[in-house]
Amino acid sequence: MKWVGRIIMILYGLLIAAPLYFVVVSSFKTSQGFYASPLGWPQPWSLQNFITIFQAQPMLQYFWNSARVTLFTVAIVLFLGSLISYAIVRLGGRLGKFAFAYFVAGLIIPSQVIMLPLYSLVRQLGWSDNLTALIFVSAAGLLPLTVFTLTGFMEMLSKEMMEAGSMDGAGEWKIYWRLVLPLSGPSLSATAAFLFVMVWNDLLIPLLLLNSTEKLTLPLALMQFRGEYVTDYTMLLTGVVITALPMVILFTFLQRFFVTGLTAGSVKG
Amino acid sequence: MINRKILWLFMLPGIVLYTGLFVYPALSGLFYSFTNWDGVSPSYDFVGISNYKESFDSIIFRKAFLNNIKFMIVVVVIQTIVSLVLALILAKNSKTSVFFRALYFFPAILSSVSVGLIWSFIYDPSIGLINTGLQHAGLEQLAKSWTGDAKIALYSIAFVQIWAHAGQMMIIFIAGLQAIPGELVEAARIDGATRLQVFRKITWPLLAPSAAIVISYTTIQSFKAFDLIFVMTDGGPNYATEILTTYIYHLAFSNYSFGLASAGSMIFLILLGILTFFQFRALRRDGATG
Repeated sequence: MKWVGRIIMILYGLLIAAPLYFVVVSSFKTSQGFYASPLGWPQPWSLQNFITIFQAQPMLQYFWNSARVTLFTVAIVLFLGSLISYAIVRLGGRLGKFAFAYFVAGLIIPSQVIMLPLYSLVRQLGWSDNLTALIFVSAAGLLPLTVFTLTGFMEMLSKEMMEAGSMDGAGEWKIYWRLVLPLSGPSLSATAAFLFVMVWNDLLIPLLLLNSTEKLTLPLALMQFRGEYVTDYTMLLTGVVITALPMVILFTFLQRFFVTGLTAGSVKG
Repeated sequence: MINRKILWLFMLPGIVLYTGLFVYPALSGLFYSFTNWDGVSPSYDFVGISNYKESFDSIIFRKAFLNNIKFMIVVVVIQTIVSLVLALILAKNSKTSVFFRALYFFPAILSSVSVGLIWSFIYDPSIGLINTGLQHAGLEQLAKSWTGDAKIALYSIAFVQIWAHAGQMMIIFIAGLQAIPGELVEAARIDGATRLQVFRKITWPLLAPSAAIVISYTTIQSFKAFDLIFVMTDGGPNYATEILTTYIYHLAFSNYSFGLASAGSMIFLILLGILTFFQFRALRRDGATG
C-alpha cells in the first residue's frame, strides 16, 4: 500500500515537473538547437533568447506596466476593502448586514459576465488603453472577495476592544489604523498574496481595456508574442519564464501565505 | 460610541468604485441584452426578448452549452478524485510531503496564458513533447493533433485545467484530513478495522465537508472557464472547444452582435446562479451534518 502511494507521488510529481523542466531548458536553447532536438539538453546553453527578447521587445516596459498595475491595484483594494470591512463590523446590525450583502453579491458575478458592458463603459468614458483605468476597473472587481475575506476576519476580533478604544477617546480612524489593521496582519497578507497572483496573471480585463503595444501587461505581451513567434517556441517560452519569475520568487519566500491565501481566496471567489 | 457618519465616509470610496465599475456595468449588460446594439454605433433599437430567442435557437450556442457541460463534468470528476488521492498520500507532515505539496501546488501561481502556451508547446503536433516522445519510443501511431482534432481537443484542454488546479484542491483535502483526530483512526485499527474500512467509515464521512467545497468550487470554476480555451484553441477547430464564455466573446468582438452577446451573458449568469444555488445548499447540508 505504502509503495503504491510513493509511486503515484513520484509519477504525479513528474507530470507537474516535466513540462516546467522543458520550458526552462528550452528557453536556454538556440532555435536551431531546439528544432534539432526538442527533448535534448541545450547544446550549447545560450542566453541569446533572453538578450534577444529584451532587445526586440519592450520587455522592461511590459514588466513595469504589470508591476505598476499590480502594486496599485492590490494597494487600493486592500486599503478600501479593509476600510469597508472595518465599517461593516463596527456598524453591525441591519446596516452592516446590508452593506456586506451589497458587496458580497458581486462574488456571484464573474468578470466574464460583465466584460461587454465594461468594455463599452470604458470606451464611452474615453478610458480605453489607459493603465490607470485598468487599475480602478481591476480594483472594483476584486472588492467583493476582499470585503468578504476581511470582514470574516475582523468579525472575530474583539468588539469590546474596539469599544474600549473609542471610550478612551480614540476616533474611528485611530481604532482602524492603530488597532484593527495591525491585528489583521495574517488575513491581510494572505489576501494580498492572492490578489497579487490574480492581478499579475489576469488576462481578461487587460485584454478588454488595453490595445497599444507600449501599454500591454505581461500576459497580453505573451499573447502578442504567440502571433509574432509562431514557429519559434524558444522565444515564446523565454517570455513565459520571464513572466513567471516574480511570482516564483514570491512563492519561494512566502509559500505559506500563497498556499493559504490562494486556496482560501479562490474557493470563496 | 460609534460614529456612524465617519463609518459611512470610510465606505464611500469603495462604494463609488464598486458601484460605478462593477454594479453599473452588470446592470447595463441586462439592459443591452434587450437591444440590437453593435457595440460601437451611437444608436440602437429595443428588440424585446428576441436576442434570448435567437440564442436558444442558435446551433453554436447549443454546442457551446454542451461543451461547457462536458468540460465541467470531466474536470469535476477527475480533478476531485486526483486531488483526493494526492491528499491521502501527502496528508502526513514530513519533509517529503511538504516538498511534493509545494510542487503540486506550483502551477496555480502561473498565469493561465503561460499555462496555455506551455501546453500548446507540449501538444504541438510536429515538435511537441508528447508526439516527439512517442516517436522516440517507437509509438508514432499514438501521436495525435491534441488540440487540432475536434474529437479530443476539449478533453486535451480539460487535462490542462486539471494539471493547473488539482494541487490547489489537494490543499483543501489535506486541511480536512488533518482535522480528523488521529486517535479515532488508531482506535479503529486496534479494533481490527482494515484500511479500507477506516476510509469508508471514518475518513470519508469526516471529509465530506471538504469534498463539498472542492466539488462546488471546481464546478463553478470549470463552468466559467475562458482563459485556457481562449489561449489554446480560441474555440476551434470548428467550434469543438467553443464554450459559452468564448461564444459570448466572439459574438461581441468578432461579429459585433453586442446585444445578442449580452443576452448570452445573462443566460450564462443565470446558469451560473443555478450552480451557485446548489453549491450553497450542498455546503449548508454538509456544514450541518459534518
